[in-house]
Amino acid sequence: MSTPAPPIVEVVELGKTYETGVEALRGVNIAFPRAQLTTLLGPSGCGKTTLLKIIAGLLRADSGEVRVLGKRVDGPGPERAFVFQDFALLPWANVLRNVAFGLELRGVARGEREEIARARIAEVGLAGFEASYPKELSGGMRQRVGLARAFAVDADIILMDEPFSSVDEQTRRKFQEDLLGLLAHKQKTVIFVTHSIEEAVYVSDQIVLLSPRPGRVSRIVRTGIEHDRGPDEIRRDRRYLDAVDEIWQVLRAYVT
Amino acid sequence: MRETRATAAGAATAVSSIRPRAARLLWQLASFALFFALWEAAGRWPVSAAFPAFSETLAALGSMLGDGSLVRAYGLTLQPLAIGLALCAVAGVAFGIGMGLSRTVEWFTLPIFIILQAAPMAAIIPLITYMYGIGLTSKVLAVVFLAVPVIVMNAYKGIRNTSPSLIQMCRSFLGTRRQEVLKIVLPHAAALIFTGLRLGVAMGFIGIVIAELLITPTGIGDLITYNSSVADYPRMFAAIASLVVVASVSLHLLERVERRLFPVDSSIA
Repeated sequence: MSTPAPPIVEVVELGKTYETGVEALRGVNIAFPRAQLTTLLGPSGCGKTTLLKIIAGLLRADSGEVRVLGKRVDGPGPERAFVFQDFALLPWANVLRNVAFGLELRGVARGEREEIARARIAEVGLAGFEASYPKELSGGMRQRVGLARAFAVDADIILMDEPFSSVDEQTRRKFQEDLLGLLAHKQKTVIFVTHSIEEAVYVSDQIVLLSPRPGRVSRIVRTGIEHDRGPDEIRRDRRYLDAVDEIWQVLRAYVT
Repeated sequence: MRETRATAAGAATAVSSIRPRAARLLWQLASFALFFALWEAAGRWPVSAAFPAFSETLAALGSMLGDGSLVRAYGLTLQPLAIGLALCAVAGVAFGIGMGLSRTVEWFTLPIFIILQAAPMAAIIPLITYMYGIGLTSKVLAVVFLAVPVIVMNAYKGIRNTSPSLIQMCRSFLGTRRQEVLKIVLPHAAALIFTGLRLGVAMGFIGIVIAELLITPTGIGDLITYNSSVADYPRMFAAIASLVVVASVSLHLLERVERRLFPVDSSIA
């Protein structure tokens, strides 16, 4: 049941050193299976966001490469969509235009892109808020807009950079549960950055543990938990508890 | 914390909170009334022979409005002001945007505008007069020199302060550089550009008054200088007071337009 599907994204011998001379990543190799959710987990400063932005094509690697569907990529592409930690919504645009913005940039006609955007807005539970502006929404709702925008461009790969880190704990839990529900019906490959062990184990098929500077893969954990079950059932599952424990045993060594 | 403050303040503001707008207006009117009353008293005391009472100034203002001299004077004064501000709005905003978008333009022109902003402009006006004479050109230049630095600097800062996260968002969704500028950078800078224009108008008023007093008395500057020389102090004060009123009313209106166009919290997302 938990055998990995063939990879859709591969990271090969990736290395990155910042202009300041700090080495962020060294010799990173990861395969991301199609239609699964992989979490990049590690202490702050392990380069997990850097790695995600390199995969997104927003940053350049100094060595190694990123392959999407077997092809090397050097910049952003239509098959990848990004969900930002700080939401990155246009403050002067309403929810409808924000969700349709990716399509607007691609030159999709207004009627068509707004129709798609309305459907995605309803999907993330924001129907009725199309005309609202970001400042009128809570943090959790803003991130739903960010997620709907990523869904709207119909990318196969969704890259999420600590998407729930700026919302409160209750909203975060609800959002995690909803995210699993949303992904259950889609064949999306998700790469998810977080520093929360519980969040990683709860949402992921595969968890990549990164060591601090320079970031390297220290372990890959596959929980084998089926995500179509209820949230409470997952959180009481033996495998959930064991995985949280196993990850903490690895990560505690990095915390000083 | 918030609750304690609310209860503490609650009793005190119970009356005014019924109609806070009306209460505010009442206090503001009271403030003006007190100011004018003190002015009247000081004029009648008298502080100085050259200091007219409020009522005399008001009467002078009325007669200047009646005989059309005030309107004629503003016609003359507003001309170089309008030309100068229009030049600044077009060229200044364009320069600021250029500096914000291109490092080369920034390195080339930023030092000039920083120096212009710091320099005491009144000292340059005799030089302008020497080069361009006492006509319209010199007055327009005086307005431009005073107003342009703040307009350029605000446009430049507006462009430079674009949220890096919005730029990354635009790139990740395959936006071109052109789309990035038109759909992210310029709308993001619009509020600061407008603030720059408003501050530019304020500087422009200073510029035109200095020019009319230092270069050659025309328009409102002429009314001030002439009435001062013939010791008609109520008329001189009325001209000065009218400038204060015209400048503050136009700036206040611009501020209202600004708040309507760009609500204060629009910069957070």
